[in-house]
Amino acid sequence: MATVEVTFTPLPAHVRTARLVATAVARRSGVPETLLDEVRLAVGEACSRAVEAHAAACPREPVRVALSDSAGRFEIEVVNACSAPNLTHGAPAGEAAIVPPGFSLAVIAGLADDVQISETPAGTSVKMSWPLSDSLAAGSPA
Amino acid sequence: MALEESVDLKLDHHNKDGIEIVDVEGEIDVYTAPRLRELLIDLVNNGNHQLVVNMEKVEFLDSTGLGVLVGGLKRVRAHDGSLDLVCTQERILKIFRITGLTKVFGIHDTVDDAISSRKAER
Repeated sequence: MATVEVTFTPLPAHVRTARLVATAVARRSGVPETLLDEVRLAVGEACSRAVEAHAAACPREPVRVALSDSAGRFEIEVVNACSAPNLTHGAPAGEAAIVPPGFSLAVIAGLADDVQISETPAGTSVKMSWPLSDSLAAGSPA
Repeated sequence: MALEESVDLKLDHHNKDGIEIVDVEGEIDVYTAPRLRELLIDLVNNGNHQLVVNMEKVEFLDSTGLGVLVGGLKRVRAHDGSLDLVCTQERILKIFRITGLTKVFGIHDTVDDAISSRKAER
């Protein structure tokens, strides 16, 4: 069971909310301060990607973000309920994407310590994880 | 001239030594990036082809924001212009490094450095 789960209507305005929640939970879970910017950026990328996929294919379905910590790691899973392979990364309708397909995933891979991406007919799951600081992972008081 | 303000992103621009300085404050993400995109398009359409985007007060930048900056760079280059960045924040520079865009953009420590660098190339 995830420590915290967030679902939101797939609108760009809510991506910031997901970033704020994820960063707060990461900090509370014991992710080192030096990694929190990477957590924030990675979850923002994954959520932006999910919002764009939902807008294209399933606008009524919410994006789901699950935040959990176990076995010395903090994990974020962003699940979008549908696949939309031709993402434009924010380029307006009718304009070709400025950045190539897969760009967001490449950015995430450069930020998270470990990334697992699962593509299914039902959608995409992006799992990202970071190590917790040693003292908190060992169970010492914060 | 202050243009628009919101909780998430503030945009302003002014001319200095013939170069249009775009001051950005706040977060550039999938929600706010379209406003920056519109501003850059408007500036280019109004004949401003030498741009400096000051990102010293930017608190967040993702790939959508990068796409806007790359799009702006393409637009000015179509007019033999330039788009340079001012940024010293490591947390913002990180995404440029991860994506290799440090090789694409001129990134300077101050607006004056960016202006001087651009003038030296003329």
